[in-house]
Amino acid sequence: MTVTAETFPIARVREQFPLLAREIGGAPVAYLDSGASAERVLASIEAVDDYERHHHSNVHRGSHTLSAEATAAYEGARDTVARHIGAADRREVVFVRNATEALNLVARAWGDANVGAGDRVLLTEMEHHSNVVPWQQLAERVGAEIDWAPIDAEGLLDLDALRALLERGPKVLAVTQVSNVLGTENPLAEIAAMAHEAGAVVVADGAQGAPKLPLDVAALGVDFYAITGHKLYGPTGIGALWGRLDLLREMPPFLGGGSMIRKVTREGTTYADVPARFEAGTPAIAQAIGMGAALAWLDEELGMEAVRDHERAIADYTLGALAEVPGLKVFGPPRGPERLGPVSFELEGVHAHDVSEILDRHGVAVRAGHHCAQVLMERLGVAATARASFGVYTTTEEIDRLVDGLEDARRVFGL
Amino acid sequence: MDELYRDQILEHYKRPHNFGVVEGADLEYEDTNPFCGDEQHVTIKLDAEDRVAEVAFEGKGCAISTAATSLLTDELVGKTREEVLRLPKEYVLELLGIDISATRMKCAMLGLKIVKSAALGQPAEWEDEGEVGDPTEAATF
Repeated sequence: MTVTAETFPIARVREQFPLLAREIGGAPVAYLDSGASAERVLASIEAVDDYERHHHSNVHRGSHTLSAEATAAYEGARDTVARHIGAADRREVVFVRNATEALNLVARAWGDANVGAGDRVLLTEMEHHSNVVPWQQLAERVGAEIDWAPIDAEGLLDLDALRALLERGPKVLAVTQVSNVLGTENPLAEIAAMAHEAGAVVVADGAQGAPKLPLDVAALGVDFYAITGHKLYGPTGIGALWGRLDLLREMPPFLGGGSMIRKVTREGTTYADVPARFEAGTPAIAQAIGMGAALAWLDEELGMEAVRDHERAIADYTLGALAEVPGLKVFGPPRGPERLGPVSFELEGVHAHDVSEILDRHGVAVRAGHHCAQVLMERLGVAATARASFGVYTTTEEIDRLVDGLEDARRVFGL
Repeated sequence: MDELYRDQILEHYKRPHNFGVVEGADLEYEDTNPFCGDEQHVTIKLDAEDRVAEVAFEGKGCAISTAATSLLTDELVGKTREEVLRLPKEYVLELLGIDISATRMKCAMLGLKIVKSAALGQPAEWEDEGEVGDPTEAATF
């Protein structure tokens, strides 16, 4: 059955998230911080539990039964990730710790081999620090120059400015699919086509996009795409890098150690083919299995089209509700059918930290701070914002509680 | 009445004392709370005996960090540089007069850290302030 926004089975979805029964401040938690880390779906919790209790052993190492079971489960998780994101080949999926490690892997392994002194690296003003710092470190190592593609007044990427910067011939464009502050969805396919025309490799940060959008990395036309498990209702400590097979195969290893070798002698080492080349050491086996189970749950129970429609509906409801709060300013694109979360805002006269503290008393969890996007904060002219971010379990009633909490914050501060 | 956001705190937040910049300052320091990006800049003028003659701060912050630095700077005039460096975190907590949770301790201690850094002429560091470590230990020349 196809799930649509109207038929989204919110009650059944919420039953699959045990943490949502938790009470904070005497009320069930209204968890509006999924952009930082989503809650765990039962299917993932149970898959990890079953693996730990009945199947654990090291992977790729033994012919005994448990090792074979662990290997099959771990590699099965890779298949699930590959299917979920639309990878043409399962070998294009490299398990890493998180999106940050995926982006560091590209900046190190691909960057060091392909970016040199005087080369340009193009970033955007809305990048998370995880898609900024590795490139700054690369630029420092090799003597490359960084350009910043600006956003416009609405918080959309300025595509004309981006095109002009691409004419400078950068080696790489690192761009997020969805802003973790503004809720902007960048037209990634269009951007990738522009960048390729200019000869740049496209590294997409999917940490925020993957939990909200149907994915087909092959159709998007990007070269690398990074995701993280814990924003996809799975465990922490696991993420994946997708990369075009030909690019991955040309890349030198990232970390050295066990599993990533073909043969080691006193004279030197030859390396395994991808993805093993990039998975040195015993991986996060249980976490990979948990991530696979979460993705399978999303695909089988809901489908990412329905997830996207629910996200849009909640974002739209939130923007409508927050427009009624006096002195509240929202950052990011205006209300519209395609606007995604998160919704970041500033309440005049109340610092974001204090907003978050008062909301917490109502059991409403939001993030306050710079959201690891200080370049964007500087562009917006704020030190910190409060941010409500959504998940598949978010309800309009929870948004109403957010609004009530904001009214209380205004009362406490005498506004 | 609200325990955390009592009138005194909100008063100092809305109308912080000693807000601005001391002209011709002898000491100054600027730092951020890396957790939330809040910034404060402290300037201090010393007299002939190395005592604080004038102090001011500016910056963006939450109610807790703004009130804490406002209250702290009210107390600094007349103190020697060494006395400033010996101020323990409890000094600020007593000025605030409210319970500060672990998550807000960094906010409460931002001003003290900056004042000490200014007095020290280099970053005053203590382990994850508020949970372990003693700010007075940061005050060694």
